[in-house]
Amino acid sequence: MPLFDIHLTVNNIPTKVAVRPQATLLDVLRDALGLMGTHEGCRVGECGSCTVLLDGKAVNACLVLAPDADGRTITTVEGLEQDGTLNALQQSFVKHGALQCGYCTSGMLMTATAFLGEQNNAVAEMQVREALAGNLCRCTGYTKIVKAILAAGNE
Amino acid sequence: MNDTLIGARAPKLDAPAKVSGRAVYGHDLVRPRMLYGKIVRSSFASARIVSIDTSRAEKLPGVRAIITGADAPARSFGYGDDNQILKAERVRRVGDEIAAVAAADPFVAHEAAQLVRVEYEPLPAVFDTDDALCLNAPLLHPQHGSNLFRHQQYQHGDPDAAFAEADVVVQDEFELGYVANMPMEPCFCLAEYDAGGDLNLYSTTQVPYLLQRDLAEALDIPAGRVRIIQTVIGGSFGRGLDMYPFEPIAALLAHKTGRPVRIAFDRREEFLAAPVRQPMRVKMRSAAKRDGTLWARDAHAVLNIGAYASWGAQTTLVMAQTVGSLYRVPHARFIADLVYTNSPVTGAMRGFGNPQSTFFVETQMDRLAEALGMDPLEFRLRNANRPNEITLQGLEITSCGMSECLQAVGAMTDRAADDASPPPSVSLRRGVGFAATMNVGGGARIYRSDGCGATVKVDDFGRVTLITGASEIGQGSDIVLAQIVAETLGVPLETVRVINGDTALGLWDVGVHASRTTFIAGNAARLAALDARAQILETAAEQLRVATGALDIRGGTIFVTDDPAQRVALDKVVRARHFRQQGTAVIGRGWYDPPSQMADANMRGNLSAAYSFGAHAVEVEVDVETGHVRVVHIDAAHDVGRAINPMLIEGQVEGGIHMGIGYALTEQLLVENGRVLNDSLREYGVPTALDMPSIDIQLVETNDPQGPFGAKGVGELGVTPVAAAIANAIYTAVGVRITSLPITPEKVLCAIQAK
Repeated sequence: MPLFDIHLTVNNIPTKVAVRPQATLLDVLRDALGLMGTHEGCRVGECGSCTVLLDGKAVNACLVLAPDADGRTITTVEGLEQDGTLNALQQSFVKHGALQCGYCTSGMLMTATAFLGEQNNAVAEMQVREALAGNLCRCTGYTKIVKAILAAGNE
Repeated sequence: MNDTLIGARAPKLDAPAKVSGRAVYGHDLVRPRMLYGKIVRSSFASARIVSIDTSRAEKLPGVRAIITGADAPARSFGYGDDNQILKAERVRRVGDEIAAVAAADPFVAHEAAQLVRVEYEPLPAVFDTDDALCLNAPLLHPQHGSNLFRHQQYQHGDPDAAFAEADVVVQDEFELGYVANMPMEPCFCLAEYDAGGDLNLYSTTQVPYLLQRDLAEALDIPAGRVRIIQTVIGGSFGRGLDMYPFEPIAALLAHKTGRPVRIAFDRREEFLAAPVRQPMRVKMRSAAKRDGTLWARDAHAVLNIGAYASWGAQTTLVMAQTVGSLYRVPHARFIADLVYTNSPVTGAMRGFGNPQSTFFVETQMDRLAEALGMDPLEFRLRNANRPNEITLQGLEITSCGMSECLQAVGAMTDRAADDASPPPSVSLRRGVGFAATMNVGGGARIYRSDGCGATVKVDDFGRVTLITGASEIGQGSDIVLAQIVAETLGVPLETVRVINGDTALGLWDVGVHASRTTFIAGNAARLAALDARAQILETAAEQLRVATGALDIRGGTIFVTDDPAQRVALDKVVRARHFRQQGTAVIGRGWYDPPSQMADANMRGNLSAAYSFGAHAVEVEVDVETGHVRVVHIDAAHDVGRAINPMLIEGQVEGGIHMGIGYALTEQLLVENGRVLNDSLREYGVPTALDMPSIDIQLVETNDPQGPFGAKGVGELGVTPVAAAIANAIYTAVGVRITSLPITPEKVLCAIQAK
């Protein structure tokens, strides 16, 4: 099968990856770059577990064909820490008990990062719930996830 | 004793790893030379396998091995001893395992699996339990003699006479549909033989020590040569209570190729092959006396267990408890028929029968209250269990906050009603409904042992390691056990680490189920920590030249209680014990098996060492034009014994409510002729953040006499009353009684129109 090269900047590091034409951005991140923090939950864009930032916007990595990511900038959960310490949103998730099994957590964090980045004013609970509507969680009932995002957003 | 860590809202030990993407789940595991396994599954619900042609698949570059039934041990396995690793002659459900491929690349494995040609001769199939029980029905397992896997009957008192003498009687038929556990991480295992020739299986199981034995028996190898290692598990909710064919299949492929083999389900395979909750039909009646005394219950449940039996067959024991012991009832009968059909395999799911039985029991509690003209809470309080009561079923209730929970949600709801604003649209009607719940909270003896072992070691540097048989599957048992150990030893929480999920390291544990880990593994950890503490104090007493009874430990320092200036650091004590003639280490040993009984053939017995209680008040908003139901708010009160970590308990309740709302309103696996029609998360109906109500939780602490620091189990308590309370709230709102789950807008609308 022919491979071709794409160029990506992932978590601020420029990189070149040889991909199959049908590979998704999720395959590239996990299999080629070993960034296992981005999780596969459904592969059809329904669960949000694989949410990453593509040029700053939250996307399901399973729905982005790798060639379409050529030349673009990606942030994954591994790119959230600052100087080796958890950022404010990550700390808020820990403090508020916003995760149990943790499988959806990376996607929740990336969706919340994009959402909070777009807000100029105080964040309301219903806005957070709407922002999270594409991310499924089976453990928490979302309650503490919403709380953690509100706390981080309104700090 | 210093009590500060009991009741602390301490974050889970694995939280930093999980928010930074560093936690390694099963699906993230890779090994040098690892192969990817893929299973060829039946596309027929019932058929004879005429032939299997693997020749085209074998020629595909990258394929390393293909196995069929001829390569697997012929013996059967499973709870009903009715399943085979790979089916050689006959398939009994869509998704049955026929062959398996191992390849160097997942795409090749997938393609090769599609190239395996299976020729079938279709056989008659049965999908409905009534059809399956007909005299001339085709038998799924002819050696069993019938499609009736099991018939059970529980009884106390004289129900038939009691119904004749009762003042009010209500009667309903309930129908409960298919739902699925659907954790966010699908099933996973990786099999590899280590350098010593032992089989290591990395697995999303919930029962590593039972799986060790089951896997060895299925493969016909010594169990001592099998090591089970739990990966970080992305949710399970009961899914991992049984061994499934994919686990021995991975082992067979690893054995044949001499290489590590992983089998990772994708979401569609999870819908096709992971177990689901038993759908069931229930005929039930309940009776009361004019004075408000609950008088009798009689329920007959028929469960569709699918093509093979699982531990899920034991859910009837829990249902019998709800029928016979959720309230004080002098006469009760529960009959269950478990029926094989050519349908999806069913298993265990959070609540283990209790969300089902609480739905039908609590629906009828409301109906009886109405028939009596009593307030539904008052009727429940009048018949609620009390502390230190032995139920007629033989349940020995110790701590019991059932009445406090009912009163708490009553008070919470009164408060909410004071500031209720009118609904924003003329077609919306609001109503509040109640349900109570009781669940095992001190383990559940459904296996010969309900025990758990623990070791606490304290090293030369004062670092404390708990090695436990318990399983962390996301619920947060690690931090709870660490709190218990730190509190018992008198050391800072951050000095305690927890090692678990490895049968080569830990002592035996029956598994993570039945809300048992805090109670059982907590008691084992506490005993191990007490043993380690005694060893530390023994050496410290020698050093400080006082009696051990004069000493205490706090913050990792041992000191004389009456003269705290006389002190020595924990690590110094450990080193003094270690580096001397005939020195020794600090190794605390703990084993806890609760004083409970297995149920007898008549479903009687004190299954648990403690029982947890709760009550929910649910406010719903029903649109009378569309039938749509929105859950507006839930007040939840739970008797948890003692809250070791309130934040984690809240998480269990909130997550339980999520599953309860799904069960009540949105989740439904559509199965037609044995085939799942909606194999995607959205079509299946997992509730989103927008489907969730506001939730207020009140924890009722009753200090259980046998719980560690008074704690009882809470893992399932949040889900069990939800569907019942929602159905009761819908009745309050619009006056229609829906007795089948899920309560879809269509059912509500039809009922409103038929009124």
